[in-house]
Amino acid sequence: MGNLGRVVVVGASAAGVTTAETLRREGYTGRLTLVGDEEALPYDRPPLSKQVLAGVWEPEKTVLRPESAYADQDIELLLGNAACGLDLARRTVALANGEELGYDGLVIATGTTPRTLPSGHDLAGVHVLRTVGDALALRGDLLRSSAVVVVGAGFLGTEAAAAARQLGLDVTLVDPLPLPLVRQFGDRVAAAIAELHEERGVRLRTGTGVVRLHGETAVSGVELTDGTVVRADVVLVAIGAVPATGWLDGSGVPVDDGVVCDATCRTADGVYAAGDVARWFHPHFGGLMRVEHRMNATEQGMAVARALLGAQTPFAPVPYFWTDQFDAKVQAYGVFPAGAEMTVAHGRLDEREFVAHYLAQGRVVGVLGWNMARQLRQDRQLVSGSPGGVRTGRTPGSAPRSA
Amino acid sequence: MKVRIDVDACVGAGQCVLAAPDVFDQRDEDGMVVLLLEEPPAELEAATEHAALLCPALAIVVDR
Repeated sequence: MGNLGRVVVVGASAAGVTTAETLRREGYTGRLTLVGDEEALPYDRPPLSKQVLAGVWEPEKTVLRPESAYADQDIELLLGNAACGLDLARRTVALANGEELGYDGLVIATGTTPRTLPSGHDLAGVHVLRTVGDALALRGDLLRSSAVVVVGAGFLGTEAAAAARQLGLDVTLVDPLPLPLVRQFGDRVAAAIAELHEERGVRLRTGTGVVRLHGETAVSGVELTDGTVVRADVVLVAIGAVPATGWLDGSGVPVDDGVVCDATCRTADGVYAAGDVARWFHPHFGGLMRVEHRMNATEQGMAVARALLGAQTPFAPVPYFWTDQFDAKVQAYGVFPAGAEMTVAHGRLDEREFVAHYLAQGRVVGVLGWNMARQLRQDRQLVSGSPGGVRTGRTPGSAPRSA
Repeated sequence: MKVRIDVDACVGAGQCVLAAPDVFDQRDEDGMVVLLLEEPPAELEAATEHAALLCPALAIVVDR
């Protein structure tokens, strides 16, 4: 590890902020710059589709640190300024305002960008949800509307559907797969999620894709592959997210569904990646993984800071995530590969209070709890060994944004 | 060191209990955080700080 005169962290959300703060905590005294494309002070994203959308929290409550915390830690904040290029040979990052930042160590933490439909996003009332601005715009439209269609029944879509239903709207949840969250949790838990949503009045249109959005200047409906048109004055498109790596095009940084990294999250000399954008080699799960969950942003940010300072430890977390919908708090540790065998180990699924174990090749690779947090934490240890042999390019829960 | 918790923000992840089991626990019924020691002794300060850093819901505030 050479002399780290200056570290630049690109991406000022949870992963970037954690990386910067961990560098200071671990004794790094050089120049430290945190670059973010949004104007807002760095904030937390999981509450956006939950408390903020529901109106339970003011958006200010999501701010990660008061502004003074950055100055106190001698972290230079460059907000409202996107990175638009990287020169590995000269060790410089180009910013949208024309500035160039030299670095000795670089952290890529640019997160993801929502996937969009091929057309229709120019219609009023059509939303994606990633930023606090997105959340407030969507909430504003929901409060003025009566019927919302949520396209995509992953974490973000199901959480937003629940929040909209609780605001009293007529909610339709559309997904080409047969059940909500089926790719993430498997058939049985997905069926319970579907039942919960239907009980609360969400209309499920699963097994159905979207053909196009209808409307002149504002959206009026969603045409489905079965030929029906569902009336809507708001549409939320929640069909997953793609790593925000456009600014790395042509830089030589390997990109393949994220920034490809080794087990220490390093992608090039002096260059590391953390958070949603990073696809690194997980030694226990035996493959490249990219995890779009809040906990990973913190853990990977910490690991990358230490790696920059010379640690050679592989980053081998047990992924954790949660989702809140209606009265259900579903939490999970580990990975949930397609085809894993699911058994209920504690409680009862039909009472919606249980812990389930997911086995692949005879080993527990994931544990999931539904309103059973304490028991779930105790069962986490079953996953923490070396599951080995589980081949998963991405964690199954990685596509739609969740916590 | 003084510890404060924001139960309203807590998501019941249990990361704090894994990091500092002498300082934090979870309620049986919903997994929400329970603060066992408001002023942890010196030997638990590092673990307490780690718990605050790990919390995915930012529900733990540590004042020094």
